[in-house]
Amino acid sequence: MARKMNKANGYMDTGAQKTREINVEEHSGLSARLRLPGQTGLARLACLAVQPLLTRVVGRIAARHPSLFARLGDYRQADFLIDPVEFPFALHLRPDPDDLVFRAVPRHLDMKPVAVIRGRFLLLLELIDAEQDGDAAFFSRELEITGDTEAVVRLRNALDDVDGSIAQETAAMFGPPGRAILSRLRRNYLD
Amino acid sequence: MSLAELICPAGTPAALRTAVDAGADAVYCGFQDATNARNFPGLNFTPQELAEAVAYAHAKGAKVLLALNTYPPAGKVDLWRQAADTGARLGVDAFIVADMGVAEYIARNHPDIRLHLSVQAAASSPEAIRYYCENFGVKRVVLPRILTIPEIRQIRKEIPCEIETFIFGNHGLMVEGRCSLTNYLTGQSTNLDGVCSPASDVEYVRAEDGTMASKLAGFTIDRFGPDEKAGYPTICKGRYTAAHRSDGYYAFEEPISLNLARLLPELIDAGVHAFKIEGRQRSKSYVRAVVSAFRNAVDEIRAGRTADIANLVALTEGQKQTQGAFATKKWR
Repeated sequence: MARKMNKANGYMDTGAQKTREINVEEHSGLSARLRLPGQTGLARLACLAVQPLLTRVVGRIAARHPSLFARLGDYRQADFLIDPVEFPFALHLRPDPDDLVFRAVPRHLDMKPVAVIRGRFLLLLELIDAEQDGDAAFFSRELEITGDTEAVVRLRNALDDVDGSIAQETAAMFGPPGRAILSRLRRNYLD
Repeated sequence: MSLAELICPAGTPAALRTAVDAGADAVYCGFQDATNARNFPGLNFTPQELAEAVAYAHAKGAKVLLALNTYPPAGKVDLWRQAADTGARLGVDAFIVADMGVAEYIARNHPDIRLHLSVQAAASSPEAIRYYCENFGVKRVVLPRILTIPEIRQIRKEIPCEIETFIFGNHGLMVEGRCSLTNYLTGQSTNLDGVCSPASDVEYVRAEDGTMASKLAGFTIDRFGPDEKAGYPTICKGRYTAAHRSDGYYAFEEPISLNLARLLPELIDAGVHAFKIEGRQRSKSYVRAVVSAFRNAVDEIRAGRTADIANLVALTEGQKQTQGAFATKKWR
């Protein structure tokens, strides 16, 4: 076990493995949000609407890229909250190959994720696809991470070892309309 | 004659393929353990992945350099020896080493494979470099980032091996291989365990006013304003208050990256054989952008033309760049 410096007395001591639980409400992120009347209900409706899509997408990606799970180590059972700031909901990811979870959740759901990854949706998508560099996005403050940094680093490295474009694979699942939507999203992001 | 080889980082097999495809002459990488100085979670290669990477690189005319550039703790050298044996079996083109014991083991047991002296050895004088050449057959030295170009030119005249210099990425002016700051707070060592600011000890805390605190092992080492660019959570680049500076200042170094794009012709002229890009911990996106830019620049210079250097500042730490000691020792 690593020795740690005791902040109170200045001496090195041994400490128990850190466990972090983060309160999503306390980490409201890139911009503080006001919860408007009816917003929670709207978020729940949006979650229900997109859930079949998310289930299909994540199942396909996991099947096509099984090697990405190895780099996650013990964090395969960890709960990540991915928060696209302009969406009415957040995304809950548990990258467990035996029990994969990827679902839309109301942002203010009472959950204790190991880490929260927050930024604009297209930035998050470009990070997944290695079109953007995560460190650079962090330096610029466009990307915000809170919670267990090792969990985020492992997830980032796992996704970065995937060849090809997860976004394009996803778009291709829905044919020409899917590709058109992705193209439109990217144009808007660049603008 | 300077070959101006481009030596590029790879933290994953996909990054290695990206580097090779972007024009790397050689790619450096490491195993998933303490034998290399980027022993980060989820990063690096299994032996099987390295075998496939070597095959991919060699098929495209690129070399693979295996970083074994940490120092084995006393009595625990087996991991480093096994890594060297595995690397040799898989056909790597060179080992990058810092520790004399590791160098001696490879020189004795794998004499046909080149030895490169890591920047972690902090060999910055002709005497020190010659010692490694004469005793272990070192073929190339990676110079610490503390020398001016005239000093590099002079060293080149006095040593029997090739010179490699960093040209882009992390800018660490500590006595490399000797830094104990991370060890002091976390108990893990950059030089023995390969972890500078281990991710498990890093935490970012955002306040309601938009400021973000960077913490290592529970200690706040920097606090960034709402619109301020951020840097890595390393102690050497932390901001501190002191008796004579109550405002908080960068006591050791600043969050800034090295970028020698505009000094490439002078470095080639000084006899530098190889240019190293830092960043095994960075993404494929970084590798693609930086390697492509420097591939183009080196090719233009070799062809006798002025290089059109791409703007890479967005990829730099703190989104700031410097030529550091290569331009002047008064760079700060």
